[in-house]
Amino acid sequence: MSRIGVFVCHCGENISATVDCAGVAEAMSRVPGVVHSVDYKYMCSDPGQTMIKDAIKEKKLDGVVVSACSPHMHEPTFRRACAEAGLNPYLCEMANIREHCSWVHEKSEATTLKAIDLVHKMVEKVKKNQPLYSIKVPVTKTALVLGGGIAGIQAALDIANAGHKVVMVERSPSIGGHMSQLSETFPTLDCSQCILTPRMVEVAQHPNITLYTYSELESMDGFIGNFKVRIRKKARCVDEKLCTGCGLCTTKCPTKKIPSEFNEGLGMRSAIYVPFPQAVPNKPVIDKTQCTFFLKGKCKVCEKVCPTKAIRYDQEDEIIEVDIGAIVLATGFNVLGAEHFPEYGYGRYRDVIQGLQFERIASASGPTSGAIRRPSDGTEPETIVFIACAGSRDEAKGIPYCSKICCMYTAKHAMLYKHKVHHGKAYVFYMDIRAGGKMYEEFVRRAIEEDDVKYIRGRVSRIYEEDGKLIVKGADTLLGHQAIEIRADMVVLASAAVANDGAEELAQKLHVSYDPYHFFAEAHPKLRPVETNTAGIFLAGACQAPRDIPETVSQASGAASKVAALFSQSELTREPVIAVVNRIAPPLYSTCTGCALCVPACPYQAIEMEEIKNRDGVVVKRAAKINPGLCQGCGTCVALCRVKAIDLQGFSNEQVFAELMAL
Amino acid sequence: MIKIAYYPGCSLLGTAREYDESLRAIVKKMGIELVDVPDWNCCGASSAHSLDHDLSVALPGRILMQAESLGLEDLVVPCAACYSRLMMARHELMEDAALKARVCEMTGMEFRGTVRPINIIEFLQKYSDTFTDKITAPFDKDVACYYGCLLVRPPKVTNFDRPEDPRSMDEIMSLLGSKPVEWDFKVECCGAAHSITRAGLVGKLSSKIIGNAVHRGAQAIIVACPLCHSNLDMRRNFINKAAGRKYDIPVLYITEAVGLAMGIGEKELGLHRHTVKVRYPEKVKVEAEPRPKAAAATKPTPAAQTEQTEEA
Repeated sequence: MSRIGVFVCHCGENISATVDCAGVAEAMSRVPGVVHSVDYKYMCSDPGQTMIKDAIKEKKLDGVVVSACSPHMHEPTFRRACAEAGLNPYLCEMANIREHCSWVHEKSEATTLKAIDLVHKMVEKVKKNQPLYSIKVPVTKTALVLGGGIAGIQAALDIANAGHKVVMVERSPSIGGHMSQLSETFPTLDCSQCILTPRMVEVAQHPNITLYTYSELESMDGFIGNFKVRIRKKARCVDEKLCTGCGLCTTKCPTKKIPSEFNEGLGMRSAIYVPFPQAVPNKPVIDKTQCTFFLKGKCKVCEKVCPTKAIRYDQEDEIIEVDIGAIVLATGFNVLGAEHFPEYGYGRYRDVIQGLQFERIASASGPTSGAIRRPSDGTEPETIVFIACAGSRDEAKGIPYCSKICCMYTAKHAMLYKHKVHHGKAYVFYMDIRAGGKMYEEFVRRAIEEDDVKYIRGRVSRIYEEDGKLIVKGADTLLGHQAIEIRADMVVLASAAVANDGAEELAQKLHVSYDPYHFFAEAHPKLRPVETNTAGIFLAGACQAPRDIPETVSQASGAASKVAALFSQSELTREPVIAVVNRIAPPLYSTCTGCALCVPACPYQAIEMEEIKNRDGVVVKRAAKINPGLCQGCGTCVALCRVKAIDLQGFSNEQVFAELMAL
Repeated sequence: MIKIAYYPGCSLLGTAREYDESLRAIVKKMGIELVDVPDWNCCGASSAHSLDHDLSVALPGRILMQAESLGLEDLVVPCAACYSRLMMARHELMEDAALKARVCEMTGMEFRGTVRPINIIEFLQKYSDTFTDKITAPFDKDVACYYGCLLVRPPKVTNFDRPEDPRSMDEIMSLLGSKPVEWDFKVECCGAAHSITRAGLVGKLSSKIIGNAVHRGAQAIIVACPLCHSNLDMRRNFINKAAGRKYDIPVLYITEAVGLAMGIGEKELGLHRHTVKVRYPEKVKVEAEPRPKAAAATKPTPAAQTEQTEEA
């Protein structure tokens, strides 16, 4: 006969507001096998856990049901408490009467009856529970960092400095990300390149970091501590070992009129190119879509001029396989494209640009060497209009969220402009100024008060060209919704930050969840901000949500410390919720008939056939065997097995039927 | 013969007679029969929805219910204001069960939602096959397509074209052999019903629209809304006064342009009813204008390629 304890939690008022918790406890006390049934306000608190532990000892409980929130939330908490009291943790189950009951129903007798049913079926399940023991799996102490922007760089350096190996994959030819494109950074106006490039070099030279640029993740298999990753190293058409980065090929390449990605289309690059002079690695790439040789079959100028004979037109993509223990996603963001702003003429008028383009114009390494010049005719703009929230917080553009960084960088842009063109006029159209952050509000005030940037609260409805000027039509909502028109020379849109291209695809490859806007989802918005719901995969930076540099760096360090904590153990403990093929006493040995249908059905390649031998070493039977390290407990084989020789530990057929029969 | 339900609305019997005439003339050639909604009533226009919300849904709601009796799916509504009211009513009746119950009680009829109002652009898009093969006199003009405020808005309700920079009318005009100009005021306000009370204001607003169209080299303005037409055409004296110059660019309903391209006579299309005579100004060589970089607007500028920053 079982000795089961039932513990009903009120969860403050979360449960007790709609469910009669005392009534549930009382009803449970009448179920055969239940020897102890109580309710309490906060079962997860210290006194609550103590209640459970004491009851296990005093009443000699052999099963515990905690009826509270989702097991996703607190199952580990209560199982730990049971283990501390000497009960096998897998003899403790949770009945979810919060998410599945109190939160979704009104207060009524039926709600309480549903809660009673939910708890009762768990009681029946626990009666069938067997003690289970967690599985130990080894950890590969190498981290994969996807993305070589500031988030990836910070995470990689932190992990590498903790003494672990890091593999960094960046899809563009150089690491550095968006931060390398920035001119100055808020709120200190220190040069972005000056603080970033030393770190880029450190990544390249770190003995623990292997850097793959111009590479992408091909596929990922496995699980925490034991991922198997395939990386596609795209053909650079340049032998990196021979190339010295002298740059002769890029200067001699005859195809020079290709809009430079690094300069956001404002400058030109050649077909064989290094994205920017400070690129890491400083090795060129041939853009096959533009190179005359690849398009027309002749040219080969770069091959002729290369002093070390490093050009390899026949180079092919390479697939690299690596064993990885943890993954940090740091794939960054993008900005909303031109096609979303027909009303602002973005893409039609060359002097309507977006924020990253202004960064390039203002940057000393940019196409104008830092002089503020408008793209159309290279003259110095006398009037610039900055439009904050271009796309952000705009349901009509499908982006209800705040891009977070725009208020600050718009203030910075206006300030940089005023510092360089003293007589110029800078206007900022804004909705709200969101300057939460250390020294942020002061920075915006400085733009307004010291640098005389005119802030106008209102939206811009339209921009059109008239006599070489851009007419910006907007409203000043603080001056009685007055319609205003500004004749500007240049307009800068603070375009919304959006998820990077291919984010959705990547998330699906890695089995990581993502939000409706394709930003990767954290495991818990408050308490687990750098973890994903997939164990062993962590998040850093703007791939999770729009972030500025300080936040990105702290999140990257957070992710790195999670990885370091994971790597500090030699073995990982895994839940024993895995499938097992039964083994019974001779003469049957197992009810498995050896049909091997389960082998190809397993999505994790965890099943193989085993030969069962008798004492004399004679093979008596072939039966399936499941590798506990690989099995993810999905249950596919259980459903498929024709003779029911496979069962899922913790969710055996017997247990599930017991639950159903209780309803 | 294709049958389509037709709701003319009051304008098409009055100030916009030529819109009705031209539509009926072209559908005859297109092989389409328009079936008038029986016993139709006023859509309520701006007046109803500024006074009483239920009434503003009930009036167009009744039209939809009457149209349902015809057993046809598409209901062509040429007037942009009527179209807007009918779409809005349909949207609200589908979304709000309580409102639907009240409106059904007011009208004493049942709303099933089987009829879908379509505007004239959607109509011409959907049945373009029936007129493109009958084009005998291509409408070879540089045209500015003016959509006005109601045709594409609110986007949630109309779910038609891009709300800030629509293209559908331009595409139809291209089919007719016209060259639509890139201009800036496709959806700008013409002043709408203020034409009655503040004609001077309408003159000012409409003069900007006409001015920009002329500046961008248009020889004709194409509209799909009776009020847009009356403001840009009938209020031309106020427009000229506000602009301080005389504009003679004609304003045509898109149905008239389609009719002309199909070789239908001007009189049959009602062109003689316009206030501004339908005579097209000379073609302007846009490139020759002293606007720097105007040519760049049509080419893909480097700025337009910024989205390819990351190779992937």
